Amino acid sequence: MPYSIVVVGTSWGGLAALSTLLHGLPGDFNLPIVVVQHRGKDSERLLTELLQDTTELMVCEIEDKEALTPGTVHLAPSNYHVLVEEGYLSLNTDDLVRFSRPSIDVMFTSAADAYGARAIGIVLTGANEDGARGLAHIAKRGGMALVQDPKTAEIPIMPLAAIKAVPGAQKLPLDAIAPKLVEVSQERSKVGARKVV
Amino acid sequence: METDRQSFKPDLERIEIELLLEGVFRHYGFDFRAYAYASIRRRLWKRIEEEGLSSVSALQERVLHEPPMMEKLLLDLSINVTAMYRDPGFYQTFREHVVPLLRTYPFIRIWHAGCSTGEEVYSMAILLREEGLYDRARIYATDINEVVLQRAKGGIFPLERMQEYTENYMRAGGKRSFSEYYTAKYGGALFDQSLTKNVVFSQHNLVTDRSFSEFNVILCRNVLIYFDKTLQAKVHGLFYDSLSMFGVLALGSKETLRLMSHEDCYQQIAPPEKIFRKVR
Repeated sequence: MPYSIVVVGTSWGGLAALSTLLHGLPGDFNLPIVVVQHRGKDSERLLTELLQDTTELMVCEIEDKEALTPGTVHLAPSNYHVLVEEGYLSLNTDDLVRFSRPSIDVMFTSAADAYGARAIGIVLTGANEDGARGLAHIAKRGGMALVQDPKTAEIPIMPLAAIKAVPGAQKLPLDAIAPKLVEVSQERSKVGARKVV
Repeated sequence: METDRQSFKPDLERIEIELLLEGVFRHYGFDFRAYAYASIRRRLWKRIEEEGLSSVSALQERVLHEPPMMEKLLLDLSINVTAMYRDPGFYQTFREHVVPLLRTYPFIRIWHAGCSTGEEVYSMAILLREEGLYDRARIYATDINEVVLQRAKGGIFPLERMQEYTENYMRAGGKRSFSEYYTAKYGGALFDQSLTKNVVFSQHNLVTDRSFSEFNVILCRNVLIYFDKTLQAKVHGLFYDSLSMFGVLALGSKETLRLMSHEDCYQQIAPPEKIFRKVR
């Protein structure tokens, strides 16, 4: 199954984990990446800049109706929910979901609904259980569920909750996630080749 | 958990949602057909689950045959969450960059489009009063939803949010003590009623209604994010027609005029805030 989008959720310890993940991706990585990192309500651009320093990919904070772009890291702004639509991203200011806005569950669920089996969901380190339901939704729609091995997580609560909700999720050490993404993102062409045969 | 990758048909769900919205429009006259799809789907599913139903079609039957269910759905779909001095940096920038422009006008007409329960209308009224502009200003605060307008007119907001609002107010450049503007009453914070002396609350539907006047300032923050791109473009046409030359358009901090046909008609006054001036 060729994939079309990568969605990532994390909270406590997320900056370091995201840095490792993004640093491991090559500049020609060809899928759009959408990231929800829990953070303070008013924290401004700093996170974007810190992440940009770690990666060859373009990192930008999401604006409403922004087009999903291959090789771009679309970062959720503070105090908005992010909803994935086919080809673009919408924002809304609906109520907090389980104490969070942005909510990983909201973003993941919308990605599963828009992209079905073409979505890859990744849950990284974090100190709450946001993301577990959303990742279950991605798995339910046939998408790929990846979880940072709790042993390699700064705070294992979020990965543990995700594994509990999605027992079939692939558990990977943090530094193995980027290589895995590179591998599956290249399947698109292989699938095409197989079809010809 | 059972996988339903075979049984889930996103196209079928889309048909159901489009049919429901078409039915609501033709039967009740409320037009949500060009609302942002993922947001509306999420709100519909919240209602479906709260009613113990299992599909959009099941909700459609209830909504079309039971007017009270339509009322519930109307609240679900039309209420936008807001807060006093949401994004304090916006109000700070408004004070620094827009207030000086407004001082040059003998009379200031402001349209607050999609004011919801009114928190940001009171925020602006306080700001204008502190800048000595309130007495020559008139704020037209509109929303599609009568229920929220009644709450806005009441001016009673939850006491438990006053601490957050006080912090916002101070960071927005507030010049007094925020508690001067409300008293604890009726189980909430009742705001000084003289703040609404020059405010007209009125129902207006951005989707179907026309321009009703010409304004110096239009505030429409975090409302258009609920619309799809086509409807956003249409509403930007309405705003353009409703703004006087050199009038100010204020959008939410993650909203953009990019790719809108009126983009070239505006200049951004003080980036990164989304405050624009109509220049042609």
